[in-house]
Amino acid sequence: MEVIDLAWWKLGLAALLVLALAGTGYLARLGITRNLLIAALRTVIQLALIGLVLEALFASSGFQWIALMALVMLLVAGREVVARQGRRLQGWWAFGIGTGSMFVSSFSVTVLALSVVIGPDPWYTPQYAIPLLGMMLGNTMTGVSLALDRLNESVWRQRAVIENRLMLGQTWKQALEDIRRDAMRSGMMPSINAMAAAGIVSLPGMMTGQILAGSPPAVAVKYQILVMLIITVGTGFGALMAVSWGGRRLFDDRERLRLDRLVKQ
Amino acid sequence: MTDLVLKNLCVGTLSNVSLTVPGGQVVCLSGPSGSGKSRLLRAVADLEPHGGTVSVADTCQEDLPAHQWRSRVVMVPADSQWWFDEVGGHFPDHVKADLPSALGFPPEVLEWSVSRLSSGERQRLALWRALLLEPEVLLLDEPTANLDNDSTEAIETWLLEEIRRRQIAVLWVAHDVGQIHRVADAHYRILGTSLERADGSD
Repeated sequence: MEVIDLAWWKLGLAALLVLALAGTGYLARLGITRNLLIAALRTVIQLALIGLVLEALFASSGFQWIALMALVMLLVAGREVVARQGRRLQGWWAFGIGTGSMFVSSFSVTVLALSVVIGPDPWYTPQYAIPLLGMMLGNTMTGVSLALDRLNESVWRQRAVIENRLMLGQTWKQALEDIRRDAMRSGMMPSINAMAAAGIVSLPGMMTGQILAGSPPAVAVKYQILVMLIITVGTGFGALMAVSWGGRRLFDDRERLRLDRLVKQ
Repeated sequence: MTDLVLKNLCVGTLSNVSLTVPGGQVVCLSGPSGSGKSRLLRAVADLEPHGGTVSVADTCQEDLPAHQWRSRVVMVPADSQWWFDEVGGHFPDHVKADLPSALGFPPEVLEWSVSRLSSGERQRLALWRALLLEPEVLLLDEPTANLDNDSTEAIETWLLEEIRRRQIAVLWVAHDVGQIHRVADAHYRILGTSLERADGSD
């Protein structure tokens, strides 16, 4: 089965629908029009560019180019994590903690999945490595930014509770316990929901794409299961690291709550 | 002796505050709002960065991990916080039998939901919660602000009894002249950037 190519002007039809949504949002004063349009424009430009980059990358398949690509993806994801937090840590901490936790979790899980589970030769074959890493980073980014956003916002709102708990001789970890649990839950919820609904409510995007491209559903399903499992693992460990590093940074070495280290953007 | 000793403490607008509170005694602090009374207490509890040294029974703040310091030097804020749904969650299990009668609660208060407590009731329970930690120093930030006159005096009597019996050193922020007169062994006013000993007679 050959894939039906899409003409660019047909994508324009889909874009018209987005414009209609934006128009409705504007008339109803929902305040989302601007963000919606910018995001839609970004998606078109970014994906068009990445198409070109991937074509070049697949043709060369040199390790250094793939590593460079991975680095760029990581840095952009790190920037995105910072941008998605209503309140964030001052200075380089927000970027450092977000990027660091995404790097450790999604890179190690991706490398593991590539070298041990899938096993292409060489292990960094871009047709496997780049899409896999992209899905890992995309989901880990969501998890990490939701978790950090929740952490910082709850700490800000519940400063009196945290400080009262400190006054009663609790350690910073005990005083932050409930908030850490909440932050982890909001970071993990999208992956857990996606796993619970997969196949019944929603047909996951990657599997759908593979089937559209002509793969037998049985193979596509196995890849999808692999991807959902490692995405959850990557998101979970990423959020875990981000929440514990971020939580630590909100207290100083005398276990004082340091809200002056948070800035509102 | 569990004396609380402040040496050259600097926090906010206050500078070089030196003060000794002997165990079993109450030192009252007063001053206009915004003069830094609460921040001074917070610095003693090591909740706020500050200069100078604070020690209890010759143990300095820095000698102990912060949470251990704060379980010996317990602060009760003006607006106490409750984070579990039920009152009992905030207290250790074994205390349920010895609810002090001076607090004026029926024994089943520990099963109450926190949301039904009035601010005065929270304040009284917060004092008990702090005393249960068996602190060597208590830092009280307007502990009776939300209480009516009768319960204020009952709480004062109960607190003073516990303070004398356990030899706790107490820094007590108060506005009410009558209260200062009743509880204070010494009284300091915040004047600008320093503490000034107030005349004992007023």
